Amino acid sequence: MNVPLLPMLLLAGAATAWSATPRELAQSYTAEASRLIPGFQGSAQRGAEFYARRFAVSSHLPACSACHTDSPARIGRHAVTGKTIQPLSPSAVATRFSDPAKVEKWFRRNCTEVLGRECSAAEKADFIAFATEGT
Amino acid sequence: MKTLSWFATLGLAMALPAHADRLPLPADAPPSYQAECGTCHLPYPPALLTATDWKRVMGALDRHYGDNATLDEPTRREIAAFLLRHAATHNSMAANSNPPRLTSSEWFRREHRRVPESSWKDPDVKSSANCGGCHTKAEAGSFRESEIVLPTSRRRL
Ligand code: HEC
Ligand code: HEC
Ligand code: HEC
Repeated sequence: MNVPLLPMLLLAGAATAWSATPRELAQSYTAEASRLIPGFQGSAQRGAEFYARRFAVSSHLPACSACHTDSPARIGRHAVTGKTIQPLSPSAVATRFSDPAKVEKWFRRNCTEVLGRECSAAEKADFIAFATEGT
Repeated sequence: MKTLSWFATLGLAMALPAHADRLPLPADAPPSYQAECGTCHLPYPPALLTATDWKRVMGALDRHYGDNATLDEPTRREIAAFLLRHAATHNSMAANSNPPRLTSSEWFRREHRRVPESSWKDPDVKSSANCGGCHTKAEAGSFRESEIVLPTSRRRL
């Protein structure tokens, strides 16, 4: 059996507040995805479509953009609580996509709410490719 | 000045008097409180709910006001202990809702009785639990009148 790379990274993260660059994180999701989809490469274009897609599983949280606005470079707002959310783009907030455990936690939460299921490794790789575009 | 701030501290220590416009997070707040409970909304001042209420909140994080705020067990315990240490002892801080909302307490209703209905529903505020929607320094634990900006008018009260 293949040992999944990402859970290993996450384990390391949990123990030591291990940090990564967005690129390393995207690479580990890409590696995980390519086990299911041979030759998989993250795509900012697909990430953009995913980001704006209205899954409409939840009426008040139809899409990622419901809280993160239509651009990851922009300041968002929680659609239920109204709280300000700093941009997801690492060029705006340097700490984005640098803490694997934190990134996994929010993917799990937000994907479950918006899609009604967890996001796949491929979707995560695309999402990071899009959110880090131009950084 | 010295005496004044000493009185203010004493006042807060005495389970929140009628007029409390400073509600900073207690100094012994674990970093996990801001990190885990301050992302979707303000990290609410622990003194605004009773111990019974906080136990209910911390005992049902998987069904958190329509959201899922689950934590690993050590972190959950650390935060629960912190909230219970600083929980309100006065009945007027008890939630009158299920799930418990600090915005349903007698104290909250009294402090906000002059706030027009339209302000709560303003799209910029969205929810009465969005303290920062009106209290511009809420993130810093400050609720002074001079810092309040009501959304409908965008004028100072
Ligand atoms: C209900 C509002 C909401 C929705 C909808 C939402 N998010 Fe988020 N998201 C948040 C909040 C709140 C945070 C954490 C706040 C912060 O770190 O500033 C966050 C943080 C994140 C992070 C962490 C980034 C980092 O490194 O700090 C990722 C990744 C993320 N969201 C992805 C998504 C994806 C993918 C979707 C759509 C499937 C989505 N979000 C939809 C509210 C939302
Ligand atoms: C994933 C997002 C999220 C996280 C993380 C989160 N909350 Fe919440 N919380 C919410 C939402 C959504 C509401 C409902 C807000 C509303 O109705 O306006 C809420 C409401 C509350 C309320 C009631 C506020 C009121 O008076 O209406 C309390 C108290 C509360 N949360 C405490 C906590 C604590 C303590 C933690 C950390 C253990 C926490 N929250 C973490 C999303 C979250
Ligand atoms: C719609 C706007 C609005 C929201 C949202 C709001 N408040 Fe207020 N708040 C006010 C106004 C206006 C006053 C002053 C009322 C008065 O003077 O009659 C006030 C007064 C207060 C006071 C008393 C301050 C003093 O001088 O003694 C406290 C404490 C307070 N609010 C806390 C909160 C908390 C905590 C939240 C979030 C859970 C919250 N407020 C949400 C508008 C708001």
